Amino acid sequence: MKLFEYMGKELFSAYNIPIPKGKVVFTPLEAAGAAEMLGPVVLKVQILAGKRGKAGGVVSARNPEEAQKEAERLFTLEVGGSRASCLLIEQKMQIDREFYLAITIDTTGRCPVVLASTSGGMDIEDVPDEEMITCPIDVLMGLQPFMAREICRRLELSADEAVGFSAILRNLYQLFQERDAELVEINPLVLADNSWTAVDAKVTVDDDALVRQNNLPRVEERTDLEKKAYESGLAFVRLSGDIGVMANGAGMSMATLDMLDYFGGRAANFLDAGGGAGAAQTARALELLLATRPKAVLINIFGGITRCDDVAEAFLQVQKEKDISVPVAFRLAGTNEEEGGAILREAGVQVYRNMEEAVRKAVELAKSGSGEGEK
Amino acid sequence: MLVQGITGRQGSFHTGRMLEAGTNIVAGVSPGKAGFQVEGIPVYETVKAALREHVPDISILFVPPLLAKESVLESLDAGLKKVVVITEGIPVHDAMEFISFSRGAGALVVGPNTVGIISPERCKVGIMPHHYYVRGEVGLIARSGTLGYEIVANLRDAGYGISTAVGLGGDRVTGLNFVDALREFERDVETKLIVLVGEIGGGAEEEAAEFIAEQISKPVIACLAGRSAPPGKRMGHAGAIIERGKGTFRGKVEALEKAGVRIAELPFQVSTLAAEILGKPVL
Repeated sequence: MKLFEYMGKELFSAYNIPIPKGKVVFTPLEAAGAAEMLGPVVLKVQILAGKRGKAGGVVSARNPEEAQKEAERLFTLEVGGSRASCLLIEQKMQIDREFYLAITIDTTGRCPVVLASTSGGMDIEDVPDEEMITCPIDVLMGLQPFMAREICRRLELSADEAVGFSAILRNLYQLFQERDAELVEINPLVLADNSWTAVDAKVTVDDDALVRQNNLPRVEERTDLEKKAYESGLAFVRLSGDIGVMANGAGMSMATLDMLDYFGGRAANFLDAGGGAGAAQTARALELLLATRPKAVLINIFGGITRCDDVAEAFLQVQKEKDISVPVAFRLAGTNEEEGGAILREAGVQVYRNMEEAVRKAVELAKSGSGEGEK
Repeated sequence: MLVQGITGRQGSFHTGRMLEAGTNIVAGVSPGKAGFQVEGIPVYETVKAALREHVPDISILFVPPLLAKESVLESLDAGLKKVVVITEGIPVHDAMEFISFSRGAGALVVGPNTVGIISPERCKVGIMPHHYYVRGEVGLIARSGTLGYEIVANLRDAGYGISTAVGLGGDRVTGLNFVDALREFERDVETKLIVLVGEIGGGAEEEAAEFIAEQISKPVIACLAGRSAPPGKRMGHAGAIIERGKGTFRGKVEALEKAGVRIAELPFQVSTLAAEILGKPVL
């Protein structure tokens, strides 16, 4: 779960990481009020998509009138398909130097890693690898002072500068660990008159840990359908094609889309019904698929922990309730495949044992069919 | 073998399936359920209590996500050197912690979110549908469980069996990785061909490619999922996402091809490539 910048900064503040003076506003009038209080300001749209600066979502204003005018524009600005419901208004900072500082997870090293660079303020993807200082951290050892000293040395900070930087790094690591973060990023981390300020804040929290992070705000980035899927324990992503796809396991689901693509079909979605999907979960997955109004449906199940007869029964149940008029290519293999296949055949549904055959059939159905999805 | 979380829905079901596959299960652990039996296997309150009566050399976990860290640490603390974590949805900070601890203890964690390990017709420490796994010469290492099944079934239909198959797990952070498993298969005399099943996202396949170029003499085939996936969309709960232009299908294919690995772009191409390398099937 990604947090909005202003939420990230509230967390920073709670962990003694200095942030600019600012206020969250919901109307242009409030923006003017904030500028009155703060003097020359920067207005920033609060959206989750990256590159909002390039999209014109970050602007300066010298006085309340300007702030109000800019706010009016920003509230109607679309960035990455979404509009902001609030703006963050901050005191304009004096900037001497801009740094980059982040902690994320190194999946290869299987540990947290600190990333630091003197090239702050720019698109971090444009910073060459050799200018990025990396420091992996063994979680059992934690962030030790010697690591901070080494990072400061490589950033060529003066003794005074290093004091403030090390404190921020220490606090940032504590936040990262205590709040189950996957990413905490400050870009830029500004140095002016020997004092440090986090001018931006990106915090992403591990979804699997949200159950124990009750004090964090909740941010919903998913579409309604995706959200419904998530709540049912399914991973669902809307795509642009016309074949509804359901499979089990992320790798298998992706391979199913790859094969569809290979045979000239286009998937309407990615849907991983997960491991051990029971009848209820399968039924919900099917409902999600039909909601995209596909021309054909492809179900590709290789049961390990999932049992084929559960899937077959759930399918028939949904078919009875929903009157599925769209043609279906059904593949069942793995645990209890005999039972599952028998249940479907008895109900007149053709079942494939082989993935390739089912995928080819789905492509053919979508091309010939005039299915209109759920009636 | 020891089963932690043996009395749960998945734990009890798969204890039965593992016994069926020939695994020597000696004990189970479920707090509050000591004295019970599951499929004839005695249940203990703690791992230490089980170890007073039995000598398992590996543990498998079916415990809920938030209890997984403690359960892995319990096994490692009791001196077990191999732990297989089936549980899905474990917070990544917990996983980093027990993996780091396992390294210090000289132990191996497989997973989390893995289907486990199987040596067909001998032993299964996992949840895969074992009737698809027949003995043979192919060693399989898969990040994705079900895609691994698909390829095993495909190989079987073409007449090729499995020496050992191991699931690394679909999470971002896993204990056993491609490099560890490749090293074992290079040593294993029963393995003539290694099949690596990967997917987009992360840098595991690139790391594997580097290792293969330097240290693997056996032929390797790789099948990668996510060729058609759009960047920036997370395909699944945890792992697969192309972010910041890293972990792309193309990049992985290039790295692996450079290391001399044959690439199957779709699952059914694996058996065709296997036939070119191994010759006529033996099954």
